[in-house]
Amino acid sequence: MIFVSIFSRSPSFRSTQLCIHIFEIAAFFWLIKDFSCQYRIIMDTKLEIMIEMLISLTNWEDQMKRRNFLALAGLLTAGLLSTSALAADPIKFGVVSHLTGPLAGGEAVTHIPNIELWVQQVNERGGLSVGGEKRPVEIVTYDDKTNPAEHIKAVQRLAIQDKVDFMLSPYGTGFNLAAAPIYAKYNYPLIAVSSITDEIEELTERFPNMFFTLGSTSGFVDGVVSTLTKLREQGVLGNKVAMVNVADAFGIELADTARPKFVEAGFEIVYDKSYPLGTPDLSPVVKGAKAASPDAFVAWSYPPDTFALAEQAIIEDLDVGAYYSAVATAFPAFSKKFGGKIEGVLGAGGINPDTPAMQEYRNAHEEVTGKIPDYWASATYYAQLQILEQAIEGVGEIDQAAVIDYIKANEFDTVIGPVKFDQHNNSDRYWSVGQWRDGQFRAVADTGMGDSADPVAKKGWN
Amino acid sequence: MDIVISGLLLGGSYALIAMGLNLQYGVARIMNLANGELLVLGALAAFWVFTTTGMSPLVTLFAVAIVGFAGSWAVYRIFLAPLVRRSANQGQLEVDSILATFGMSFFLVGVMVSIHSEYFTYSFLASPVALLGTTVALNRLVAFCFAVLIGGGLYLWLNRTRAGLAVRAVAVSPEAAGLVGINVDRVSALAFAVGGMVTGVAGVLVSTFITLDASVGVIFTMKALIIVIMGGVGDIRGSIIAALILGMVESAVATLIDPGLTLASAYMIFLLILLFRPQGLFGRRAA
Repeated sequence: MIFVSIFSRSPSFRSTQLCIHIFEIAAFFWLIKDFSCQYRIIMDTKLEIMIEMLISLTNWEDQMKRRNFLALAGLLTAGLLSTSALAADPIKFGVVSHLTGPLAGGEAVTHIPNIELWVQQVNERGGLSVGGEKRPVEIVTYDDKTNPAEHIKAVQRLAIQDKVDFMLSPYGTGFNLAAAPIYAKYNYPLIAVSSITDEIEELTERFPNMFFTLGSTSGFVDGVVSTLTKLREQGVLGNKVAMVNVADAFGIELADTARPKFVEAGFEIVYDKSYPLGTPDLSPVVKGAKAASPDAFVAWSYPPDTFALAEQAIIEDLDVGAYYSAVATAFPAFSKKFGGKIEGVLGAGGINPDTPAMQEYRNAHEEVTGKIPDYWASATYYAQLQILEQAIEGVGEIDQAAVIDYIKANEFDTVIGPVKFDQHNNSDRYWSVGQWRDGQFRAVADTGMGDSADPVAKKGWN
Repeated sequence: MDIVISGLLLGGSYALIAMGLNLQYGVARIMNLANGELLVLGALAAFWVFTTTGMSPLVTLFAVAIVGFAGSWAVYRIFLAPLVRRSANQGQLEVDSILATFGMSFFLVGVMVSIHSEYFTYSFLASPVALLGTTVALNRLVAFCFAVLIGGGLYLWLNRTRAGLAVRAVAVSPEAAGLVGINVDRVSALAFAVGGMVTGVAGVLVSTFITLDASVGVIFTMKALIIVIMGGVGDIRGSIIAALILGMVESAVATLIDPGLTLASAYMIFLLILLFRPQGLFGRRAA
């Protein structure tokens, strides 16, 4: 607010447009004030963009003013940063998040609260034991606006300028793959979580710093096929499947993998369509699927359409014995929105809510962040943090290469059970299909877990 | 029949999205890039109030209308009027207003992320209604009724009242309107404020059936812009008709051909209109 008044009083100040930007920056500062440390950095980046914009927008004749202004803004930024500094010598973890942009909603559910929880827990214990002393952990976050190019720049910045000690994996298959070379270049261990691909072997061969925890595309499709097969064996499901997918790398890859697998398992695909990401009205899709009178409905969908498809299915009373939708079915918001209507709905993910470790984690998550964790990758993302924590303490010093070797060689005790990476840096233990039962999204299919429940048929929407 | 009904409903929501921008761009000459963010802000308000107090979005709607009007008025008076005053010509103002509102859109996204960074999703009137042999969602039907009310109201206001006449005069020529004694500054502020109000209300209505998040505004800005340009800048009728055409075509393509081609068909129509009637369906050719 100080510099707003300075500039308003200046007589030679003509560009009223500038006022707007100054107001925005002032507002940003106001926001920053209340933000936790991980958000501070992103606001600073925004500030930089604002200042850049500001300079390019205004054709100031008085160069002095510009310098004064920049100096002032710089001082304020520096002041803010110094107040946010933690106690002696923290271990720095960098993460490039989608704080804005199309994937921000998912990131906010699955990743950010887990980082918050872990930082709080570790620092409460006094930090990580490295080199004979306890060191607190600190997170440096950048927003990439869900833009791969920005993402790569931010990773570089974390490595070169902030010199972070470790990095946390980004949200989304595309981002984990697109940014893999840059993480590999700086040789940070990268334990990918929100990433499902069939290219794990090729990727880890090229990028030996990379690890996978959430399974492969085939594993996921196999989970769905085996769930439907089980229901058919129970005699509660016919073999006509309606399949739709979001026309995006994720949906297309899953649909392409699923098509032959369904046919192989003796299912008949009676409806097979895609729709563009962000389609405002999915009623033609659900109406079309219903007209094909399927026994099962499978949607390889993204969050906004997962919500919209379920709502349309309820409205159209899409009467199927199995209803599956992919990302966001496991979100607490899904059950909050639909209540008891989604009893029996199948979706990507699932967990075993009965293990003590899982229960302890879920309680702590809700207590610290005020949010219920999702029933899929949340726990696995937290497991990533546990693996890093155990590996860093196991090595006993800040040595990325040694931590990578340690992760390859050891088994880790995590919230999702023991995690051990195979020769392709892949942990082949994950839940793949969940089902909503009495307000919990319980795993009904898995790879290597062995604790899934038996699926049941969906009985109407009410 | 399926196609016509769902096309009408979709077109109605498109009209809701576009009418506000049309007033702001057509009359106040502000190319408001923060239009979509304002819409999402309305949606966030509805979501927030509904999930915390359980109050119906149809009640929140009135509060949003008032706040949207007052807020847009203030934004115009404080931030945009100076741009209007200093700009030598229309082109200059367009560039300035784009840059200024672009900045505002960042600010609004930041505010919304800090309030609720997850998806704004809730269930309101999500029940089936049988209508002329097809089923539609009640929330979409309600939104459509509001779209008809708002569209009709705006049309009557613009064509049957004195204030509306002044608004239309400014839309045609701010210079000439000033010469015949219309307070152009005031009328522009009024148009901008009404535009903001309509957009905020549209956000409330759209949020009952579309899952939004803090960053999704730009998609609505683009859609609104396409519709406004298709219909003709500064003409409410044009926006409504363009929105209905778009809704019908998308729904027909999704049902008859393939849902994957809806986006392509929408841009196809946009392209055709730009090629054969660059001033928009109801637009006047630039002098």
